[in-house]
Amino acid sequence: MNAIQARFKLDYAGFSLDVDLQLPGRGVTALFGHSGSGKTTLLRAIAGLEKVPGGFLEVNGTVWQDATTFLPVHKRPLGYVFQEASLFPHLSIRRNLEYGMRRVSAGSRQVSLDQAVALLGIDPLLDRMPDKLSGGEKQRVAIARALATSPRILLMDEPLAALDLKRKNEILPFLERLHDELDIPVLYVSHAPDEVARLADHLVVMEQGRALASGPLGETLARLDLPIRLGEDAGVVLEGTIAELDAEWHLARVDFAGGSLWVRDSGVPLGQHVRVRILARDISIARVAQSDSSILNVLPTTIEQLTDDTHPALALVRLNAGGVPLVARITRRSAARLALCPGLNVWAQIKAVALVG
Amino acid sequence: MLSDTDWSAIRLTFELASITTLLLLVIGTPIAWWLARTRSAWKGAIGAVVALPIVLPPTVIGFYLLVAMGPNGPVGQLTQSLGLGVLPFTFAGLVVASVFYSLPFVVQPIQNAFEAIGERPLEVAATLRASPFDTFYSVVLPLARPGYLTATVLGFAHTVGEFGVVLMIGGNIPDKTRVVSVQIYDHVEAMEYAQAHWLAAGMVAFSFLILLALYTLNPTGRRT
Repeated sequence: MNAIQARFKLDYAGFSLDVDLQLPGRGVTALFGHSGSGKTTLLRAIAGLEKVPGGFLEVNGTVWQDATTFLPVHKRPLGYVFQEASLFPHLSIRRNLEYGMRRVSAGSRQVSLDQAVALLGIDPLLDRMPDKLSGGEKQRVAIARALATSPRILLMDEPLAALDLKRKNEILPFLERLHDELDIPVLYVSHAPDEVARLADHLVVMEQGRALASGPLGETLARLDLPIRLGEDAGVVLEGTIAELDAEWHLARVDFAGGSLWVRDSGVPLGQHVRVRILARDISIARVAQSDSSILNVLPTTIEQLTDDTHPALALVRLNAGGVPLVARITRRSAARLALCPGLNVWAQIKAVALVG
Repeated sequence: MLSDTDWSAIRLTFELASITTLLLLVIGTPIAWWLARTRSAWKGAIGAVVALPIVLPPTVIGFYLLVAMGPNGPVGQLTQSLGLGVLPFTFAGLVVASVFYSLPFVVQPIQNAFEAIGERPLEVAATLRASPFDTFYSVVLPLARPGYLTATVLGFAHTVGEFGVVLMIGGNIPDKTRVVSVQIYDHVEAMEYAQAHWLAAGMVAFSFLILLALYTLNPTGRRT
């Protein structure tokens, strides 16, 4: 279901935005791109913080902007999380949380304050002032504050970008809980592939103010026609479940639609739904099964497509593993030597699989 | 020590300063808001007009106000047609003159405070369903409090300290326009140095205390 329709066209000197997007009304949609790609401007336009004349925006069947309408920001039922937490410095954490909630009519409150507080784990902070909090704590409060307004859509503008790795890892689990426990669609702006891999269900790739691609995460990541300049980060994300734990070797087996993979056992319980990320550079291709290799994960696949990568020495190969797409990055010489071509059955040797959530 | 006319001058001075400050906070807020937020080409010009009293001799301001508010001036014509008579040499005229004279001392601290808040808290408030007016009361005013404290103190103190404008507009009418600074001048003219000392030293002490209070209570609001 496409619940969000956004059409915006902007032309500044040196910057333009030209998008026409249909986005799903559930799950996390990542707006991914480098800085200057227009992803933040698009998010601000959706919030109404940026006025884009001639734009069109419909959210869940309500027109927020068209030729004759421009719903002011404070009348849009949205939550917005900025890159910096931007808590009101003159209000306690509790008052910060209540600020938005008290301005929402009682009838449209779906998320209670307690629920938002519990979800983000900020109960011990309620009576403190914002300047006494760490960056990660502030950002959790900002997210809870936005949730407490019971938004119909949550817009997040690189909420983790201003934080160091440790703080980032402190917040990511809360964002995943949000994803699992609340039925609020999220638009998540990010330039970090690891965040996208962990959180997104739907991916929009932005470049120079344009949306190059928009689609389900796995499919979109596996598209070779996209100049997704991920460089070393090119790769796919698979969804699966923990199907077996091997206590002797500390490994866990993840079953996914196209087969199964062994990953390091990180204490995730049996039956848990997980995501694994496989980088293109970690997949090599063999025409015959290797029995004397150290590589644990070898999948039978069919070559679907071959293209040149950005560097002239490299090629990208799209593989089909039982219906699930994988992308491998190999040298063009290897591709030529193995005579790889679409339709060929090959073995994908996967050197590293990362459990991302 | 202090004579009845001295006390009358002191009372009048505080009345004038209080009314002027109150009016300035009301008038100065929208001006400061506009100056802090506008991208209009007029920003520089309006800002300069507001700041003029800082550099102009008070007699110049007094002179033009006198001309404007006099029987043949545009303001004078207006007040006469409204049945208010003319403003020069009345307490009301003194208030109007003081408002012009002390305007920059109120507008500039508030404007600085508004500018320091920046755009972000306003955007945050809007995404939390606060209308622009709601945002102004619930976010802007509390965050600009140091600026308002500075503006109040400076506006008040500066009005208490005016002399030239008062003399031009108000003249020297006991109980109506004779404020402390004029009273001191009279004492000195009359060679009543002891009387002048009491009032003058009182002004020094008052000004020092008020600024001391400002700088201790409000260390961030020092800039004007």
